[in-house]
Amino acid sequence: MNILVCVKQVPDAKDVRLDPVTNTLAREGVESIMNPFDRHALEEAVAIKEQQGGGKVTVITMGPPQAETVLREALACGADEGVLISDRAFAGADTWATSYTLARAVKTLGQFDLILCGKQAIDGDTAQVGPGLACRLRLPFATCVQKTRKISAEAIEVERMMDDGFDVLRLPLPALITVVKDINEPRVASLKGKMKAKKAEIRKLSAADIGASHQCIGLAGSPTQVVRVFSPEPRGDRKIFSGSVAEQVDQLVECLRAHL
Amino acid sequence: MLTIESDKCTACALCETSCAFGAITVQDGCAVVNEFCTLCGACVEKCPVEALHIKIVGKRIQSDIEKYSGIMVFAEYRHGAIAPVSYELLGIGRKLADKRGVKLSVLLPGGNVASFADTLIAAGADTVFIAEHQILEQFREDVYASVLEQVINEQKPEVVLAGATAIGRSVMPYVATALNAGLTADCTGLEIRAKDGMLLQTRPAFGGNIMATIECPHSRPQMATVRPKVMAPAMPDPSRKGEIITVLLREQTLQTKIEVLDSVVCKDDQVNIQEVETLVAGGRGLDSEKGFILIRELASELGGAVAASRAAVDSGWIPYPHQVGQTGKTVSPKLYIACGISGAVQHAVGMQSAEIVVAINTDSSAPIFNIATYGVVGDLYEVLPQLIKRLQEIKR
Repeated sequence: MNILVCVKQVPDAKDVRLDPVTNTLAREGVESIMNPFDRHALEEAVAIKEQQGGGKVTVITMGPPQAETVLREALACGADEGVLISDRAFAGADTWATSYTLARAVKTLGQFDLILCGKQAIDGDTAQVGPGLACRLRLPFATCVQKTRKISAEAIEVERMMDDGFDVLRLPLPALITVVKDINEPRVASLKGKMKAKKAEIRKLSAADIGASHQCIGLAGSPTQVVRVFSPEPRGDRKIFSGSVAEQVDQLVECLRAHL
Repeated sequence: MLTIESDKCTACALCETSCAFGAITVQDGCAVVNEFCTLCGACVEKCPVEALHIKIVGKRIQSDIEKYSGIMVFAEYRHGAIAPVSYELLGIGRKLADKRGVKLSVLLPGGNVASFADTLIAAGADTVFIAEHQILEQFREDVYASVLEQVINEQKPEVVLAGATAIGRSVMPYVATALNAGLTADCTGLEIRAKDGMLLQTRPAFGGNIMATIECPHSRPQMATVRPKVMAPAMPDPSRKGEIITVLLREQTLQTKIEVLDSVVCKDDQVNIQEVETLVAGGRGLDSEKGFILIRELASELGGAVAASRAAVDSGWIPYPHQVGQTGKTVSPKLYIACGISGAVQHAVGMQSAEIVVAINTDSSAPIFNIATYGVVGDLYEVLPQLIKRLQEIKR
């Protein structure tokens, strides 16, 4: 089975905080990591390959040259090949342009039986690239998959998380799924895996390599445009109570009363 | 790309502190951009001397923008009911339509949904498009996407709104891609410019630490998913008049590759935490599963539901559908009571748009107090029983 996993390098959220003085994002020491949801997509892909007793897991990422790090991390965790889609012309891409770029790359790389993505990336939180990619490749898809139940050469059976429970779906292959973190527990890279990843060749694809139209990539290809960025309004009359528990509870109830 | 006019730049470094990506720094008396730049425009906004510009070359421009008119809401039907967010969308949709002076329509796909049309008109719709077919009784990504595509192509609305729900966030990106339209996810603010119909879509970005306003200047429809519980539904007016149109679904539209084998409503999770007014959430500070007995008690006293932090879910005290935060759900209740939750950014992003946040924590320096409206410093095992008792007294 030929499996593709789409991953993204994101800033580690635990390092991201607002500078209380300037009210802007403090980025000192913000590390880049593999998007947490994508780790689960990768794990699922590697697990499916192992369970099927063969196949190949290819990992792609669109990003700056530094994004190569997440591909090596994926290789250390069981992926077979890493492909970096990188070009200055991709900068400023929204989800429409990103799914276009990824789709061009997928077509360049060949045929895949199954494509896995994380539910969303934690920096943008849009959850739009997975379904967008499915649209461009005309693949049946399911988002927020919490379990893969069965998989054969023809079809995959998944549990797709809904707001009130879950649906059980059968999708013919090739198909695309996006996964939530409940689906598995990602493995830690083995020493052997890390060694292999260090030496591995990372294939690089530019806008020209994937035959991308300049009208469809980066900022030029993005229908959405950020026109303003601002800090959220701080919470108004903040009250941290003091005194005994009973006193604090009284104060709280008094404050909440108006809203109950 | 981002261009920097070196003769204008005063090396004030405001751009440096405004950048969330570490992509711009002042070197040798002038700002320099590196490859981390995502062209978000935050620095352009901050520059006091207008030394920074983003140039877009060869932008794709749709030629028939003027043909699009009206606001359309995608209403969600599942297991015999319309999702509450659909009424909220009609509430904001009505405001946008009135400001722009256009009609508000609603599309309702489902198996047997014609009977809901009057309710949707009472909630603000001028036109209801009923897309009925047995295959639409259950949610299938591909058929739902085709139905939306067909109706949007036929009606050409300038704005399409859906709930930022499991269904909305799954089907809308597919449709937007197919229509070459811009889509903004999980909006918490929507406004429309009357003169040109530009939809100003505001959403939290970067874990809610910054807000971004987004426009789609060159494409139609302008599409957005809207966070549940943020917009107010209109007061239903049964005397409102509207038109009900049954959509003639093309055979091609009803094609599906997806087989729905089962649709399970989880008993324990029957309450969707994104749709309730009050949430009582428990975290690591509960120390054990037993803590949720108190959490449940307080929730039921307040007529709310139970939520949790990742730590509580990972400890196996409560199932994943209750998880709030970056890898869980994003909620915007009126009241959010965080018990024994430290308030790390991963949790905060999922709940900071709540109207009132109450924090109960023993550690007065916990970050949850920074985002709380009211803070109680104390052991939740002491605080909660007293709080429940006081609330019961008030009720009597």
